[in-house]
Amino acid sequence: MVVMKSEKFDYFINGDKGKYEVIIGLEVHAQVLSNSKLFSGSPTKFGAEPNEHVSLIDSAFPGMLPVINEECVKQAVRTGLGLNAKINNYSVFDRKNYFYADLPQGYQISQYKNPIVGEGKVLLDMPYGSKEVGIERLHLEQDAGKSIHDMDPSNTYVDLNRSGIALMEIVSKPDLRSPDEVNAYIKKLRTIMRYLGTCDGNMQEGSLRADVNVSVRKVGDKEFGTRCEIKNVNSIKFMQMAIEYEASRQVELLENGKEIDQETRLFDTKKNETRSMRSKEDAHDYRYFPDPDLLPLKLDQKLVDDLKKSLPELPDKKKERFVKDYGLNAYEANVLVSEKEISDYYEEVAKLSDKKLAATWMMGDLFAMLNDKGLNISNSPISAKDFAELVQAIKSGEISGRIAKEVFEIMIESGDNPKKIIETKGLKQQSDPKELEKMINEILATNKDKVDQYKSGKEKLFGFFVGQVMKSSGGKANPQLTNEILKKLLKG
Amino acid sequence: MSDITNQSLNQIIKRIKTKEISSTELTKAYIKNIESAKKLNAFVTTTFDHALDKAKQFDNKPNFDQLLPGIPLAVKDLFCTENFKTTAGSNILNNFIPSYESTVTKNLWDNGSFLLGKLNCDEFAMGSSNETSYFGNVINPVGDQLVPGGSSGGSSSALAADLTPATIGTDTGGSIRQPASFTGTVGLKPTYGLCSRWGIVAFASSLDQAGPMTKDITDCAIMLEAMSGFDEKDSTSINKKKENYSKNLKDNIKGLKIGIPKEYRVDNMPKEIDELWEKGKKILKDLGAELIDISLPHTKYALPTYYIVAPAEASSNLARYDGVRYGYRSEKGKDLIEMYENTRSEGFGDEVKRRILIGTYVLSSGYYDAYYLKAQKVRQLIKKDFDDSFTKVDAILTPSTPSSAFKIGEKTNDPVSMYLNDIFTVPTNLAGLPALSLPAGLDKQGLPLGLQLIGKALDEQKILNIGYAFEKNCGFKNEIKKWWS
Repeated sequence: MVVMKSEKFDYFINGDKGKYEVIIGLEVHAQVLSNSKLFSGSPTKFGAEPNEHVSLIDSAFPGMLPVINEECVKQAVRTGLGLNAKINNYSVFDRKNYFYADLPQGYQISQYKNPIVGEGKVLLDMPYGSKEVGIERLHLEQDAGKSIHDMDPSNTYVDLNRSGIALMEIVSKPDLRSPDEVNAYIKKLRTIMRYLGTCDGNMQEGSLRADVNVSVRKVGDKEFGTRCEIKNVNSIKFMQMAIEYEASRQVELLENGKEIDQETRLFDTKKNETRSMRSKEDAHDYRYFPDPDLLPLKLDQKLVDDLKKSLPELPDKKKERFVKDYGLNAYEANVLVSEKEISDYYEEVAKLSDKKLAATWMMGDLFAMLNDKGLNISNSPISAKDFAELVQAIKSGEISGRIAKEVFEIMIESGDNPKKIIETKGLKQQSDPKELEKMINEILATNKDKVDQYKSGKEKLFGFFVGQVMKSSGGKANPQLTNEILKKLLKG
Repeated sequence: MSDITNQSLNQIIKRIKTKEISSTELTKAYIKNIESAKKLNAFVTTTFDHALDKAKQFDNKPNFDQLLPGIPLAVKDLFCTENFKTTAGSNILNNFIPSYESTVTKNLWDNGSFLLGKLNCDEFAMGSSNETSYFGNVINPVGDQLVPGGSSGGSSSALAADLTPATIGTDTGGSIRQPASFTGTVGLKPTYGLCSRWGIVAFASSLDQAGPMTKDITDCAIMLEAMSGFDEKDSTSINKKKENYSKNLKDNIKGLKIGIPKEYRVDNMPKEIDELWEKGKKILKDLGAELIDISLPHTKYALPTYYIVAPAEASSNLARYDGVRYGYRSEKGKDLIEMYENTRSEGFGDEVKRRILIGTYVLSSGYYDAYYLKAQKVRQLIKKDFDDSFTKVDAILTPSTPSSAFKIGEKTNDPVSMYLNDIFTVPTNLAGLPALSLPAGLDKQGLPLGLQLIGKALDEQKILNIGYAFEKNCGFKNEIKKWWS
């Protein structure tokens, strides 16, 4: 894969009346990695039987009171620090009041006016260069339960396992301009949170979802257009599809002289379209007010400082270091820091072998193999140590690149380490100049006619000689040395 | 032997300790009283079998070192009691049996007492006369046409009628102190956070506080000591060392400064209340206390502020009663919304609906700033008034209520006049301060009247001491004829 850094941003919608740009802001709901829920001791583990992880607090029994889970607060602070954001030492939990069968309290505890984390920023690597996306805020809130409508023809069932699980709502500024940027943004958030260990980013399990705000405006306009909010989209692909559909719909309305209604819409993944869910007039009045069961959350600056000190190296920093210390190019570094596990694997390999060559081989053959087998780096059949050995064998000239591919295949099948494979299969490269010279002399002697032709100017025949050497050495002749010796002997 | 049940808790404890009476005999005496007092309608649920079991257990293996050794207690039906129906006086919880015990009742049981029954109260503690209960109004033993006050009306009635040696209530705007005043008993609303709210059906979270209702100050100190304490399950609970209120009770109040706030002399206040106040001042002065005129200038805003804050919180707190998981569910309705509507229409009474509507209104977008936010600001000013005064005085003396017990039905169609009954009690809830209502005299119809002592935050011991000295010198005696049995 080659990415051209010179590519220009080019995501516009052309209408008869002009060229439109798409303005996107995201509200990402990221499930906090914690053992228990935000305000109760219930476990958060995914995949339990319905209503297995529900306490009296989660199901809002009379007289039950919320008690904040400190670990969730720390996770939010860590995430805020990872987003280069301002940590608010004073924040308030509010009640967001509405009725629904899977909302036991009749309100969601969230943060409204005083979130735990304020403004921050995230850097995206786009083909057209680096792009900064502003973070408006991050706040903590409770997840709701789940209504199950398809278990019974006439009844709805409610599963409260998710009820009360801690979510971080991360609100971006309206800085995104294309589905690709949305893709990069979500992936970057996910990477950062996975590095921090604050969210597993698992979209299939609902750990990462987003509400997408979309508006359009003519290129050059200063004012934002009227936005629509697309609720609860749970995959990047669907987000992108929803944005494309929604932006075109809005442009079409404008082109036809119509107005866009500010409303909440749903994305229908089957029909690939967004549909109106409720208009601004029908919007809920959530009657937010500070939750009197909880005192304002006051964070000790020392706690924040300590958390800051204990943060792991984050992808942006790691990327810088990979470029600077390991001599990788920006693209390589980017790919290798995209997952913490990948970067860990790479660093282990790089410690034991050539750093640049390790990157090339990881991003080439290793990733292709993992991709093929549907594996990820954490369950790679080849350990970092063995992989480093392979890279080093190439680098030292012990085997050629071509042989290396062969060894690599055998490593996957047998699980053996490269040294053993090279030895038992006799794949070691022939790099002894004397032996090679002896072999080449024999070849030249048996192909006297070709040697004459070469000497009389048919230099193309050089390839023929190389081929003969490779053939006779079973591919093990050191190619560089072969070239040198051939040239020397053919001159003579 | 004289009737054990008309004695105070501390006298009863003495008799238990000296083995003059067993816990079983005591419990049986109360059961007898309760059975002959059905007219008062003080109980929603009785737990006689449980009580007799526990009494027997105590008698078999008595532990006299406990604060409440072998003492049967009936409690307001707002406290969740494990395996015993807890209704909050509402149809919407009339089938609700908790699987858990409130912290406060658990503390009482851990100190040697046990549950005798659950006492009637205004629905979700919303009311000042115990007339809003789904289980019918409660009658004041003082007179068969009189309300016992509210919302802890079942508690005050049962206590005054000797149906429980002591009891506990909750006080959001006066729900312990006003019923105490109406029945000639002692009621204390502790500092907000002193008693855990965990397991108490919530009305207004920032105001609700459980407290003792007793026959005298000594009993009050014992009960407070038993029920209070830090609870990590309540985020608003105060983490402090437990105090020995009963052991530290002193009647020497010489030199204490008692504030007399001019704002508590309200228009149209009966002369008798004023006279009672004067009497109280004189008693304290004669005991060596110094009376100091003070001003609490924002007092007049307390009632309107309370009737914004309390309904706002209530409207949200009561959202959980939706028929989905527990409690009453209407069978009518074709979809979720109709099920909600019918459940809540049939499950809640008028006063609760009124407050949910008020609360929903004051939190609505466009009204929030004008009502809720402003009320919160005024609340701070009310609190500041008290803070300022407490730099000059040790406690504040006021009447508990603007009148004695009124007639059943007298105010049911006039919510504002009903709300006005809380005029002297709500400021302390808004400020989170402890306040004690103590019986101080009778009006000319012979009905009990109370005076209120307000203390600094966590200064319960001091107001108990003042009350103790007052009690010894006041000469009040609650003469209730048992006309109902």
